[in-house]
Order: sequence, then structure tokens, then C-alpha cells
Amino acid sequence: MTPKSERKKYKVIGTRPIRHDGADKVTGRAVYGADLRLAGIVHGKILRSPHAHAKVKSIDTSAAEKHPGVLAVVTRADMPNLKNKIADLGEGSVNLAHLGANVLAHDKVLYKGHAVAALAAVNPHVAEEALKLIKVDYEVLPSVTWVMDAMQDDAPLLHNDVFTKSMGKRASKPSNVPTHIHFEKGNIEEGFQAADVIVEREFKTASVHQGYIEPHVSTALWNQDGHVTVWTSTQGAFTARAQTAELLQIPVSQVTVVPCEIGGGFGGKIAVYLEPVAALLSRKCGRPVKMVMTREDVFEGTGPTPGSFMRVKLGATKDGKLVAGEAWLAYDAGAFPGGVIGPGAMCVFSCYELPHAKVDGYDVLDNKPKTQAYRAPGATQAAFACETVIDELAEKLKIDPLEFRLKNAAKEGTRRVDGPVYPRVGLVETLEAAKNSPHWKSKLEGKHRGRGIASGYWFNIGLKSSVAANVNNDGTVSLIEGSTDIGGTRTSIAMQFAETLGITAEAVHPRVGDTDSVGYTDVTGGSRTTFATGLAAHEVALDIQRQMRERAAILWECEASQVQVEDGAYCHKDKKLTFAELAGQLGHTGGPVVGRATVSPEGASNGFGTHLVDVEVDPDTAKVTILRYTAIQDAGRAIHPSYVEGQMQGGAVQGIGWALNEEYVYSDQGRMENASYLDYRMPTALDVPAIETIIVEVPNPAHPYGVRGVGETPIVAPPAAIANAIYAATGVRMTELPMSPPRLWAAMSTGKKS
Amino acid sequence: MVRKTHVATTINGEPVEFLCEARQSLLEVLRETLGLTGSKEGCNNGNCGACTVLLDGQPVDSCLVLAVEVEGAQITTIEGLSKDSRLHPIQQCFLEDAALQCGICTPGFIMSAKALLDRDPNPSEHAIRFQLAGNLCRCTGYDKIIRAVQDSAKRMAGQNK
Ligand code: FES
Ligand code: FES
Repeated sequence: MTPKSERKKYKVIGTRPIRHDGADKVTGRAVYGADLRLAGIVHGKILRSPHAHAKVKSIDTSAAEKHPGVLAVVTRADMPNLKNKIADLGEGSVNLAHLGANVLAHDKVLYKGHAVAALAAVNPHVAEEALKLIKVDYEVLPSVTWVMDAMQDDAPLLHNDVFTKSMGKRASKPSNVPTHIHFEKGNIEEGFQAADVIVEREFKTASVHQGYIEPHVSTALWNQDGHVTVWTSTQGAFTARAQTAELLQIPVSQVTVVPCEIGGGFGGKIAVYLEPVAALLSRKCGRPVKMVMTREDVFEGTGPTPGSFMRVKLGATKDGKLVAGEAWLAYDAGAFPGGVIGPGAMCVFSCYELPHAKVDGYDVLDNKPKTQAYRAPGATQAAFACETVIDELAEKLKIDPLEFRLKNAAKEGTRRVDGPVYPRVGLVETLEAAKNSPHWKSKLEGKHRGRGIASGYWFNIGLKSSVAANVNNDGTVSLIEGSTDIGGTRTSIAMQFAETLGITAEAVHPRVGDTDSVGYTDVTGGSRTTFATGLAAHEVALDIQRQMRERAAILWECEASQVQVEDGAYCHKDKKLTFAELAGQLGHTGGPVVGRATVSPEGASNGFGTHLVDVEVDPDTAKVTILRYTAIQDAGRAIHPSYVEGQMQGGAVQGIGWALNEEYVYSDQGRMENASYLDYRMPTALDVPAIETIIVEVPNPAHPYGVRGVGETPIVAPPAAIANAIYAATGVRMTELPMSPPRLWAAMSTGKKS
Repeated sequence: MVRKTHVATTINGEPVEFLCEARQSLLEVLRETLGLTGSKEGCNNGNCGACTVLLDGQPVDSCLVLAVEVEGAQITTIEGLSKDSRLHPIQQCFLEDAALQCGICTPGFIMSAKALLDRDPNPSEHAIRFQLAGNLCRCTGYDKIIRAVQDSAKRMAGQNK
């Protein structure tokens, strides 16, 4: 926790101002993608594959085209032919040919819900009617939706041009495994030989969806002058622009992306789905085309996060020192290569000092939507496996699980299995905070109850951010940020700017710019926005401060270097002007003051968290009730503590959903059978208790205020923490997610005790 | 052309008339015909609560109400909550308690909370969680929303003294 002296240092950071976009959002005035209204707007809809895997033999759109009210129809024939080219999207890269084939299927459909054709009509009802008139001739192929089945030699092959890449070598025969990654440190055999106790377990997790409440929505206008404007719900306007331009094979300068308010993303709103299709329809009909997905489209055509099969083995000495760890991870990528196995493999042992470790990871194609990032992509599955084995090891060694973690916790100097050595990090501090928390110190009494603990990690990325600012003559500043604001980052960025400049948060007017009004900025993702865009805002403030000193120097006829800045005011000898007073004099000291900065911080800022949970398991129904939950996290520095707590609470509850209910249920034909909120049961307010939070602040050495980023880490620990609590309550070790009543009940009744 | 029906109703205290098709939901008419886009669509089948409005004082998912059904009814939407350029206490508490992140669920939660507090000015935490269980939020984990409703209850009680 922050020492008092440090807290006092700051006037704005650590306070809880009302967010700048708040009034618009509680009155319904904020304009989200679906709220956009343009003259002459028409409505697009997508026809989706009813099959999990099929050849598309022909598409006949003639009847739909003749339907009254239909203005344009497109299929893959309207899309440029795309070569295999890798485009960098910030939090991952994508092969454009695959992205194009995902947006509108080529010769094959690869999952139920895969887009096949699209049309625009005068209203959404007419568009839906007309979809039924498009005739697609399919040749149905066998499908596969479980990662281990998809790896078999005789599995249905999704792509005949994908060959396994492993350790720099390419296999000779096509397969469903695009990539095998391998990390190693120390000597794994020696490590396990030194172990007195070894635990090895296998784990399975189901696919889950990011679940954002706002469905994907985009509107495009292909203007008569050739310029394309896209209003969309995206985590990154610039990456949406790059993808749209590449897929349409037009220069980025011909595309403007206007990011609307966004109703949640969690990693699922980075890849484009609708943008290029709406643009193609607009080109055909000459009018703005709005496309909104249904909830079913969202479940069947976007996200999800990989299902996985994992084997984790850990060894420790009698005195409780971890000596070796081995992991074998297979994550499904869905229909196209490039799932999140990379970060999964990087993160699996990230919380521990492990002298010897080996990780093998496999990216696996199967007939699901192309998987996307979901909050700490890949780390949650891996932590479920690792943290459960850690718990079992601690039990075998008769060491308290918290003490066992403390004894082996990663710290400054620990080398992660994939290479990087940690700078100052805060895992130990989160464990100490857990140990001292009211929750851990409380007694849990009652039958069928148990307490669990788990730690989680996400590396947090830097990437590129741009911010610009204009000083107004009343002493306020308009701040234009390139980062889309999904959870209050306008304010966390503005607060850092205000702190540096010595003005109030309210004196800053932040707004999110479109791709023509601010410099390139990567996606809001990777927990990077408050860290990297905040860093850019800090630098803009320094830029403005420098210019303001020059202006004061003109007024006072001295050198700029002689102007001091004290508490945000500008001083020279006995003269003093507040920022606002000086701002009022810009007109006759050289005109407006504009500041700008771009940053591209290297490396990761490393966020660690530890979660505690008490559960009660109903012995008759195996329903798990969360009695108490505490999330503890090293935020580095909490700029706006309420929104840091909010990230921790929101992530924890998503993790609870992942742990207990959420899953894609597939039929034998590879169709998702629960594509609605009713059947894909996300947690409601009634399913969870208060989520207690403890913010730990171990400043990030690579940020002027110590910010680490907080968004992703909190989803990582919950499934493992809950599994460990269920074990404490029932004596049953759950190795499968979700730990829904049918699964847990089966495990309890077969007495699958360890 | 599908034949449209004439509907006369009251929205946020003002008489409103519109033409709609029989298949159009109240949500669609509010958003598309009347430009009241504060009510949000998250699922269009009654599962998320983002479209919650008050129909004769009762909270309803407006995506499940046919527009032709609201003839003669009193409807309150999120746009009608703040009076005299001042936010309603629930709106104010949502801001002060940071009870929103992306904000897409917020109008629905505020309308459900209003319906609850109109009926039960001093609800228990359990009653709040129960009443709001029809509204999904994927961002906040609900904690700050519950606090905001508790604080709203206190503030509204103070105002009614
Ligand atoms: S949109 Fe009406 S309940 Fe979801
Ligand atoms: S704030 Fe995003 S869904 Fe509730």
C-alpha cells in the first residue's frame, strides 16, 4: 500500500473525480454505435452458415436482389482476393487472407455462424426476410469442435494449406496444428530428480465468450468521392482502419474510422467483422449502411476464447521449494490460425521462481469461430491448471497454500520461462496483503464450505499511443486521445495530465479522436491504456508546461529557464501567474498553445494479483455459492481508485462465470446449442456477493507515476481459486471448467477424491 | 408496404403519436422512430435488461413489448429521468459511485433501480440484487451498482423528508 507521504505528493492522482463522459452515459445521451443516425441510412444483415463445416458450392442471390426494399447484396465475389499477409494488430497479428475469409467465407464455411453473404435493405425486417431468399448450395463435411480430437491424424482438416511450424521448421503435410511453441529454462530432468513431491494433473476448459452487452455494430459510408467513413464499436480505431483498408485493398488514407462509444470489448472487438462488409454494401447502394449483430450472431460468429486441454506437472522439495515445472498446453484457435496459445504458454508459470521449466504449446484449428482475445488471453486457462497443482502440492507438503506461494513467488530478477527477467514486481506484496486481509484472518465455519486462494498474472503491454492538447484561454485544456474509452480511461488519462500540469481533473476536457484527428494509437487492450496513453498525456503536459514558461518569460522579459513552476503556477522573482491567468494571456504572447506527444514504451509492466474466495457447495445439487470474495492486485499506482476497483471486481465476476457456468455447448454436428444469454448463463447480481478489493501499489519503474495497468489480471485467478475452495469444501479436485452443477455433482458422486 | 397502426401514448410526460408495424417492438419504435436511443439493445429477447423502461410504472423489457400495445399507456425512459436540468439521485449516485464502466447497461439498471425504489424505498442488499437480476452487466461485477442503489435510497429518503 502507498505510504502516506507518497499519497500526499499527488493532488489529482488517487482521487475519485466524476468521469468526464458520465452525465452522457447516465442520461442515455452518449452515442454508441447503434445510436448513430444518418440521413438515408439503410440496414445490412448477414447470412450465416447453418453448418459447422461445409464446402460452399454456389451462392444464388438473384431472388434476394429482386426483393422489394433490397438495395445491395454482396458475397465473397465482391471482396478483393487477399494474399497471405501478416498485419500487426497490436495485441496480436493476423493473416489478412484468413481475416478476409472470416469476414465473408470463401470456398468453405468453417463454423456454424460463419458469414456467407450480406445484403442491405430499407429496414432490418426487410433485410432479414430477404436473407431467406439467398440460396446457398453446401456440401456438408465432418466437423470437429474439441481441441484434442482436432489434433488427431484422422481429424477433419480445416485448411489444406496450413502446415505445423515448430522450432523454426515447417512440416511437410497439412494439419490442424498451425504452431507448436516451446520454451525451456534450466534442465527439466535434473529439476524433477531434485523433487521430493511431484504432482501432475490434466485439465480441460470449455470455450467461453467475452460477453460484452453491446453487440457488434458498424456503419459505413462509401462516399461518391471514394472516401470510406466507418462509425464503429471497436477497441482500436486505427487497427480497425488498417484492417478495413487492407481487406478492401484501398489505401488507409481513403478510410476514416470514427470510434463510437463502445459497450464492452474485453478483447473481442479488435478484429473487424462488419466494417468491410458494410463498406462493400455501401459502395453498391451509395448510402450509409448500418449493420448490427443479433445476440445469436455475437455468440456464433465472434469471440470466443479457446477451449483447452492442459497437462501440468510441478515438483517441490520437502522444505517447500519449487524445483521444476512442465506444461503441455493445447488451445483451440477456432477456424483460423492464431489463437492465444502464445500468452498462455508465457503465463503458465509466471507467478513462480522455477529453476527448471519446460512448456509446450499448440495452436489448434477446429470448427469454432476464430477465437479472439479475452481479458488476459490464454492466461486464465493456464492459471487454472497451474494454481490447482500448486494447491495440491502445498497440501501434500502440509504447507499453508498462501505460505507456499510466498515461499516461491516470482520477484525482481525471476526469469519467466519464455525469457524476460522481471524488474520490480508486486506479487509478494499481494500475497502479504492477502495474509493480512480481514478475509484471510476471518474464520470460515459451517458444513460444505471451503476457502480457496490463487494468484494470477498478466504481462500488460505498452505499444503506441498519441495524445494532443489545446490550451483554452480560461485555463482549461482540451485533450484529444487516440485510445477508445471502454471503462473510464478518458478520466484516468486526463488525471495524469492534470497532475503533471498542476490543474484539476475537471479543467481537462478529454475526448476520443477519430483516425483523422489524432496520431496513431494502438488498441485499448493489454491493460495498456492508462499506462501508455497516460504516459503520453504526461508528456503532453510537460510539452505544454515548457511552452507556458516561454510565454511567461515573454511577459516578464526574462529567460524561460528563469520561470519556475510551483504547484502549477508560473513564478519569477515576486511575479506569479496561475495556469489559468497565464492561459488568459496567450493571445498577446504568441497565440494558442498546443501540445502533443507520442509514445511507444517497450516491455511489460507486469500485473500480479491474488484472490481469496469462500464457497458453499450444496451437497444435493452441487450448486456452488460464492459466500465471500476478495481480489487483491498490484496496480502500480491507482490513478482513479474507484475504476481500479471496478476493473478488479468486473474481472473477478467474469472469472466466476468462467469457473462456474459459462461454456459453449456443442451438438454432435458442431452447432452451438446455447447461443442466447438465457442459455449461456453469465453471472447476474444475484449470483455474486460483494467483491472486496485491496489495491496494492508497488510502482512500475517504467512509468512516471508508477502505473502498471490493471484490466486483465483480475480474471486470471478466479477459476483456480474457486476450484481450490471447492476442494476444501468437498474433497473433490475439479479439473474441468466450468465447474457447473452437473460436472461437480458427477465428480462428487463418483467420489473423485485425490 | 406493410400497413402501419396509429398509436397514441405518453412518453416521459409528453403525449406522443406514432405509426408502427405490428411486428415492431416498443424498443425499436423508441430508438428508430422516435430517436430515443437511451434505451439499449443487448439481446432483443428479454435476457439482458438493457432496454428496460417503465410501462405504467412497472419495469419491462421494451424489446418484449409490441409497440401497438402501448396505446394509452404511460412510459418513462431514461431520457425522462432527470428533471429541471438536474440528474435524478440514482443517476447522480451511479456517477459518484463509479457504477458504470462501458455504460451500455447503465440506462437499464437505472430504470430497474427506479422501479424498485419507487416501490420499496429502503430495500435490503438482497432485495436490490434480486430486483436487478434481470439486468446484465459484464463490466462491473455489480458491486458498485449495488452500492449506487443503496446510496440512491439514502439520498432519496433525505430528499423526501
Ligand atoms: S434488449 Fe431487451 S432484454 Fe436485452
Ligand atoms: S458497464 Fe459495461 S455492461 Fe455494465
